[in-house]
Amino acid sequence: MLDRATDTSAKDDTTRRVRFRGAGFVPASSRFGGWIALALVIAIWQAAGSSGLVNPLFLPAPSAIVRAIYELARSGALWQHLSASILRIGVGWVLGTAAGVAVGFAIGLSRLARSVGITFISALFPIPKIALLPLLILWLGIGEEPKIATIALGVFFSTAISVYSGVDAVPRNLIRMAQSFNVPFATIVRKVVWPGALPAILAGFRITASVALLLVVSAEMIGAQYGIGAFVLQAGNLMQTDQLLAGVVILSVFGLAVGKVIGWLEVNLLHWR
Amino acid sequence: MDLIANHISHRFGDLAVLDDISFTVSAGEVVAIVGPSGCGKSTLLSILGGLLLPSSGAPELRGAPPADSLNPLTFVFQDFALLPWATVEENVEFPLLHTQLSATQRRALVDDALRRTGLTDFRKTYPKQLSGGMRQRVGISRALAVKPAILLMDEPLSALDSQTRELLMEDFVRLLADGGMGAAYVTHNLEEAARLADRIVVLSRRPGRIREVVTVPMTRAERGEASAREQLLALQNQIWSLIRNEAIDAEREVQHA
Repeated sequence: MLDRATDTSAKDDTTRRVRFRGAGFVPASSRFGGWIALALVIAIWQAAGSSGLVNPLFLPAPSAIVRAIYELARSGALWQHLSASILRIGVGWVLGTAAGVAVGFAIGLSRLARSVGITFISALFPIPKIALLPLLILWLGIGEEPKIATIALGVFFSTAISVYSGVDAVPRNLIRMAQSFNVPFATIVRKVVWPGALPAILAGFRITASVALLLVVSAEMIGAQYGIGAFVLQAGNLMQTDQLLAGVVILSVFGLAVGKVIGWLEVNLLHWR
Repeated sequence: MDLIANHISHRFGDLAVLDDISFTVSAGEVVAIVGPSGCGKSTLLSILGGLLLPSSGAPELRGAPPADSLNPLTFVFQDFALLPWATVEENVEFPLLHTQLSATQRRALVDDALRRTGLTDFRKTYPKQLSGGMRQRVGISRALAVKPAILLMDEPLSALDSQTRELLMEDFVRLLADGGMGAAYVTHNLEEAARLADRIVVLSRRPGRIREVVTVPMTRAERGEASAREQLLALQNQIWSLIRNEAIDAEREVQHA
């Protein structure tokens, strides 16, 4: 016979609900919370600027920054600066990433490459790459090459580290499984190691995109006629703070756009997670 | 094709894990390997399958594998070892990709393996969407696709709940029924060993030595009948009495480690 011992209707003075204690500690965010907070900050900023509470020289109002961006776009200067920066970032990032992926895989897959590679990476990674720009100018001239090389160097080390960390993190049981089926080395690398390391590689891309942005601005501030970094420096020198912040906003939007692209790649390439 | 453990011993540094293990898994025969925790069962299977070099002795093959076998010695892993980024059918096809088979031939093998394991309707599913039992079915399906002569099964049911284990055990009985495939079956579960194996190799505590080889006096079909229950239980008790004290010692050793 089944035990039906609990009569839910029988309650007395001592009957009470069990208190819910499981709230919070859930890593979730509301859908519009971020946008609302951003809009609120901009509104307060604008109100402070419009009411004269803040000197526009020290902190131009958002409307002034938008106006500055509009003027930049209308005059064609925006595209001139932006295209110069994008070209440097694009070429530098691609070169650094290609080399970083190749070296990272070599370190992850070869004992010899690991012994040699990690020693050099450990020694050279902590060097601020922008410090090498004068030397690179000496080697490569004053054109685009030293700026691109600075970005490529910065991207290379972070990429190599994230790639070999990703290769190391590929579960060994999957590799042993493939070996147990006599799958050749190249196929194991292509079908097991590469997809297994991809999450770490894409996470590395997020970091290297920021590194590239940082380095392009720094390099352009040191020696360039065009580029967002050069524009921001020039605006600062002329105390055109609305232009300066326009440059900063453009950089921020560019960073966000790159982040979105990488997010899209993650969604499409790592859909299995 | 027979698989022979020829005087296999193995050490991990100073730790002796296996000591002079010799036995044969004949064609079509299922040999279970049981023993206390840490006695080197899984290490032995890795050595037999060529994934680990023994300190001395060697795994050997005698006779030719079946002509259509694409991977005569094939593992079924305890943790399934499925590629999480590949669908069920891609996982099953994975060991066929480097063979000389055409896409059509590969497709036929995959279809057959999926049908035999009841996975046809799940072919486009990813491993994370499957239960533990279904994931192990994918692992079995992948093994069947290469038409093995001998399956090397490393505690294939230990990560599963008891109901799923029972269902998969029935699947194993069915798959091994025609005697076309042999198996070395590592398990700590004596019921599985008694239900599936033709012979049971009982290992001692570390370093694992062969304590006894027990022959199961019934066909696998007979073991499914209710009347065989008592006899199987007696067999399990016989094996348990062989390893009980050592299993207790091994357990104490783990707790004090």
